[in-house]
Amino acid sequence: MTAMPTTAMTPTKQTQDAQVRSSTRRRTPWWGVVALVVGALVFLIPLYLFVSTAFKTNADINSWPLRLIPRSLTLENFVNAWELAPFGQFLINSVVVAVIGMALKVLLAIFTAYAFAYLPFPKKNWLFLFMLGALMVPGHVTLLVNYITVGHLHLVNTYAGLILPGIASAFGTFLLRQYFLSIPAEVLEAAQLDGAGHLRTIGSFIVPMARPAIITVGLIALIDEWNGFVWPLIVTNSVNMRTLPIGLLYLKENDGINDWGALMAGTLFVVLPMAIVLLLAQRYIVAGLAGSAVRR
Amino acid sequence: MSSGATDLGSITATAGDPARGTDQLATTSADRRPGAIRRRRRSYLLFAAFAFPNLILIAVFAYWPIIENIYLSFTSWDFISPKAEWVGLLNYTGLFTSWSFPATLLRTLIWVVAVVVITMVIGLALALLFSLRIRGTTAVQTLAFSPHVLSGAAIATIWLLIFDPNTGLSRLIFNAFGADSPAWITDSSWALPALIIVSIWKGLGFVAIVYLVGIQQIPNEVLEAARIDGAGRWSTLTQVIFPLLSPTTFFLIITQTISAFQAFDVIAMMTSGGPAGATTTLSWFIYDEAFNRTNVGVSSAASMIMFVILMAITALQFRFVERRVHY
Repeated sequence: MTAMPTTAMTPTKQTQDAQVRSSTRRRTPWWGVVALVVGALVFLIPLYLFVSTAFKTNADINSWPLRLIPRSLTLENFVNAWELAPFGQFLINSVVVAVIGMALKVLLAIFTAYAFAYLPFPKKNWLFLFMLGALMVPGHVTLLVNYITVGHLHLVNTYAGLILPGIASAFGTFLLRQYFLSIPAEVLEAAQLDGAGHLRTIGSFIVPMARPAIITVGLIALIDEWNGFVWPLIVTNSVNMRTLPIGLLYLKENDGINDWGALMAGTLFVVLPMAIVLLLAQRYIVAGLAGSAVRR
Repeated sequence: MSSGATDLGSITATAGDPARGTDQLATTSADRRPGAIRRRRRSYLLFAAFAFPNLILIAVFAYWPIIENIYLSFTSWDFISPKAEWVGLLNYTGLFTSWSFPATLLRTLIWVVAVVVITMVIGLALALLFSLRIRGTTAVQTLAFSPHVLSGAAIATIWLLIFDPNTGLSRLIFNAFGADSPAWITDSSWALPALIIVSIWKGLGFVAIVYLVGIQQIPNEVLEAARIDGAGRWSTLTQVIFPLLSPTTFFLIITQTISAFQAFDVIAMMTSGGPAGATTTLSWFIYDEAFNRTNVGVSSAASMIMFVILMAITALQFRFVERRVHY
């Protein structure tokens, strides 16, 4: 299974390789340590100020000099954010869109990949090129017409309208097809001899064996859906249909930016789930986003 | 699907290279048996059922927009009128004879070049730093990578806090040098640099990780050989590592350029294209013309211009990859 594009380069393996390699090379230079600390601070300081502001009292936020260490912590900002905009509803919308969007995208990708890998069809290669060609169409260029299309379908300001244009998947399908093709033919033969039909072959053999690739495709879809901004912005028009990232606009507009605490509390709602996802599933995400970029 | 072992042929024949798969099947002698045609037709149906939902969505939401966009760019429409009115090239000539659109293109160019070049240079430096594997590197890697995974809108609000001239970190830093903090996003000469800084901060970790993977794929023997030949750190870097990383560099330049052209959420959240258009890039312009000003025709003409630019960059990728890039 090492030939598979998404898992061959897991960070743990990289780490081991690199440790072996660096131990045979020069000693750690002092400037490297300094540079690493500086690099860490560049990313840490903005994140620290953001999280700490979400828990600061207004007195601390507005006092100068900047209080790096708050005098006291409060949850008031979260209450304020919740009152300024219906964050509960935003959260529900985001979860619905992200989870259903991801599930449909993965499902479509699995079936399409299976078809392209194992089923015959006239001019299949043309269809495959047709699919890959979609990767070259810039997303921003399609916004206006997709809005009009979704309007014709009477899906503006609905979950279906939010989800539908995002679930087609060329890249995910491509990734899964490559993975499926690397599954040994004997496995499929065995499935066939067991009398398994295509659906059972997919459910009981292909999906379990391709789990790492499927998780990667799913995670990237989840992150994309959760962070989606411009499409939810144009396809929803009532407050109760907005998703979390758009919800931040309400905190910004309602009070100018006088209420930094509420804005940062709202931002924490948006960031926290994906931060947790990153920490739990980092290797799949990095493998999918970075690994596939380098390997051809 | 119940025919079990007899289905084996269709699966194993197509597993593998798609170029071999389907067409060979028709010429196999086994397929001339009576049941074979029916079975193959059923496989076709199955393919359609499995793949067409996805392919149809791709046609509707990726290809159709380009065709419709071409038409709309020759019309004038406001979303509400019953019919779009044909205006020929007026949208295009209007764009290029106005003062603001060429300025927008120039601003977009500055934006893209600044974001891509600075992100690439610092990202490569960061990757080289990571490749030293100093203790704690993994944690810093995750930290640097996190902005890439987090919502652009959220990152924008975090940086609004940093840039606040009264209570933000920016004031602390500028005061340390005895100066006042600029008003950043409300000052038309500082707004674009502010957005460039945020965009770099967001993209840096991704570039670094991709470069790191590239560096780790350089065979150890190559580095050993360079050392035995007496190459120092610097010449190993410039003579060995950089050339071997050129495919990665090229890939990153293309993808980063394409995504910088389309950058939207950070701009929308921080400046909405302002102040006085100072941060209006092509992507904001397309959105603004359509959804704030309801000039559908003008927006689609601008979309077509973006499409042509990005296609040209993609075409460049294919030409360049074949010729120059060292593998």
